[in-house]
Amino acid sequence: MTEQKHILSILVDNQPGVLSRIAGLFSGRGYNIESLSVAATMDPLVSRITMITIADTQIVEQIIKQLHKLINVIKVYALTGTSYVQREMALIKVQAKPERRAEILRIVDIFRCKVVDVGQDHYTLEVTGDEGKMTAILNLLKPIGIKEIAKTGIIALFRESK
Amino acid sequence: MKLTGAQILMEVLKEEGVDTIFGFPGGVIIDVFDELAKTDIKHILVRHEQGAVHAADGYARASGRVGVCLVTSGPGATNTVTGIATAYMDSIPLVIFTGQVPTQLIGNDAFQEVDIVGITRPCTKHNYLVKRTEDLAGIVKEAFIIAASGRPGPVLIDLPKDVSNTKITYKAPKKINLKSYKPTYNPNMNQLHKAVKLIKNARKPIIFAGGGVVLSGGSKELTELAHKTRIPVTCSLMGLGAFPGTDPLCLGMIGMHGTYRANMSSGDCDLIIAAGVRFDDRVTGKTDTFAPNAKIVHIDIDPTSIRKNIPVAVPVVGDCKITLGYLNRLLDKEALGDLETKRKKWLDQINQWKKTKPLEYKQKNIIKPQYVVEKLYELTKGEAIITTEVGQNQMWAAQYYHFKKPNRFITSGGLGCMGFGLPAAIGAQVAFPNKLVVDIAGDGSIQMNIQEMATAMQYSLPVKVVILNNQYLGMVRQWQELFYEKRYAATGMEHAPDFVKLAEAYGAIGLRATKPEEVEPVLIKGLASPKTVIMDFAVEREECVYPMVPAGAPITEMLLV
Ligand SMILES: Cc1ncc(C[n+]2csc(CCOP(=O)(O)OP(=O)(O)O)c2C)c(N)n1
Ligand SMILES: [Mg+2]
Repeated sequence: MTEQKHILSILVDNQPGVLSRIAGLFSGRGYNIESLSVAATMDPLVSRITMITIADTQIVEQIIKQLHKLINVIKVYALTGTSYVQREMALIKVQAKPERRAEILRIVDIFRCKVVDVGQDHYTLEVTGDEGKMTAILNLLKPIGIKEIAKTGIIALFRESK
Repeated sequence: MKLTGAQILMEVLKEEGVDTIFGFPGGVIIDVFDELAKTDIKHILVRHEQGAVHAADGYARASGRVGVCLVTSGPGATNTVTGIATAYMDSIPLVIFTGQVPTQLIGNDAFQEVDIVGITRPCTKHNYLVKRTEDLAGIVKEAFIIAASGRPGPVLIDLPKDVSNTKITYKAPKKINLKSYKPTYNPNMNQLHKAVKLIKNARKPIIFAGGGVVLSGGSKELTELAHKTRIPVTCSLMGLGAFPGTDPLCLGMIGMHGTYRANMSSGDCDLIIAAGVRFDDRVTGKTDTFAPNAKIVHIDIDPTSIRKNIPVAVPVVGDCKITLGYLNRLLDKEALGDLETKRKKWLDQINQWKKTKPLEYKQKNIIKPQYVVEKLYELTKGEAIITTEVGQNQMWAAQYYHFKKPNRFITSGGLGCMGFGLPAAIGAQVAFPNKLVVDIAGDGSIQMNIQEMATAMQYSLPVKVVILNNQYLGMVRQWQELFYEKRYAATGMEHAPDFVKLAEAYGAIGLRATKPEEVEPVLIKGLASPKTVIMDFAVEREECVYPMVPAGAPITEMLLV
């Protein structure tokens, strides 16, 4: 069976230890977590975990069932294969020598990102987008010199039918 | 009414109908023991916390009720882990209370502090750290619901000292609402219709029953299904007793040490109706060669058990008892035809396997361990509650003691935990003071929790320990004999205590048999005694358990006597 990326959106009780139960399930059973993001929802008692795992269909079926089995897991949505929107945010610190600044700002413009911090010889950019956009901007910035990068991990939601 | 946490705990335990707690005290849990002593709940003081959990486990398996333990923090808590993992693997409902340092000290590496909630996360169905006395009653109620419902399992509650001794105004908790926990008991009828169709068309069907049938109380429904359809039944180790071992349709146990006919039928059958099993590797052997011609209907209350190890044609999520009941009702409406004729060829084939390759051993002038179990079976007419240790003793118990009823065979299946049998026997005896409870033991395993002899003596629990003494860690030695050219590394057990004297040192009765003709008289004398008895049988040292499927081989490729 072929492995594929699966985006899971998991609603859980917003309680201490819940993330550890989920992380423990993955490490204990040898599943992998590619990306993870967690925050409370509108209901402060509930958090949403968005997770990417790479697995074949039989394993991902097991993962979903095992997640459901955890008492603190309220709901699991498998987004891959459905219609959904996904975003990721990155903060990218690029080297900004005076002679490259114009070029960087052009890229900022094209990718509709923001410069959120400016220093003697760096810019920090804020980028939001899907995976394709992230890869594209990183490829453009790499030759200019990326000093540091922080990414949020993917968040995603179902598209409502029109 | 103002009550301390410890007093609130007693209120809830009484409400839950708890009559017995297995425990061992310590500093942070004194308040709770102090209150416990004021109630009518019986406390069994064990000699090691592992024993407390196994005893609660034996109590639960024998009675079908939730077993309860109470221990202190730190080492008391860590000592429970092996017992908890044992119960978790076999889906046994337990609630374990561990003491914890006061909430304000948690995280400080305080004296006898361990993160037991962290430690037991992967081996409990769920666990809790109670942070406020106000939350205690609700959590305890939830724990009992979670432990006993769905696929049962152990639940641990960590009780900080200040939570136990803080006084609050107590209000009985409202109805418990576990919003995301809703086990599926009732099966999808469409799936059952598909199962009926498969049953009608099958030429060589078998039923494969496991611990889930025992846990759901579904033996009656299972037996009805088998008789109604004349389909032979094999059981996993955990399923033994779910179907009468003496029934002509009984194939015996399947798996690594299963009977020839059970393993061969799994290879030849065209339909398996599996109920309450999880297709463990000890059952399937090499998975891609398992039941190559069979369509599989898999009934289980835990969706994760289905399609975890093997593909199935008809998955059915549901409680075994309820689901088998529905299946029987659907079958009542079907014309199944002349089953005598329809099944004749298949059942003849199975009988042929039974006749040519029965369970057997060669009797010599040395005691054969199988002979001891066979005699025990005869003398107790298959009516005793049997617990086992782990190893060859366990497999011979499974093969040669034929259980007529469920909840009579108490063994550590999933974890294979040596040291389980004696404390589990104590727990079963507490649940049924007037029934005969026998621990079929190995000389190695019995030494792992032998201290519980003192517990049996303190509470006058007349458990009988039958040691199949081969002076080896026999099962490991068997693998060394068969697969490691007889290099018996670290499996000799010659330096053992004199078990007869040991029994006497505890104030119990010790008996010994060294020749075949002594077996029966020793058993008769020991079983008749109203006291705790250890019977030490000096058996053939290098006897092997057969059939045996080497690990990783197809289940139909057995080494035989
Ligand atoms: C706690 C624990 N440690 C190690 C093992 C591995 N093991 C499985 S069977 C066995 C031998 C048991 O010896 P004994 O109790 O004498 O039983 P026998 O096989 O000789 O009947 C061992 C060491 C185990 N199952 N459990
Ligand atoms: Mg032995």
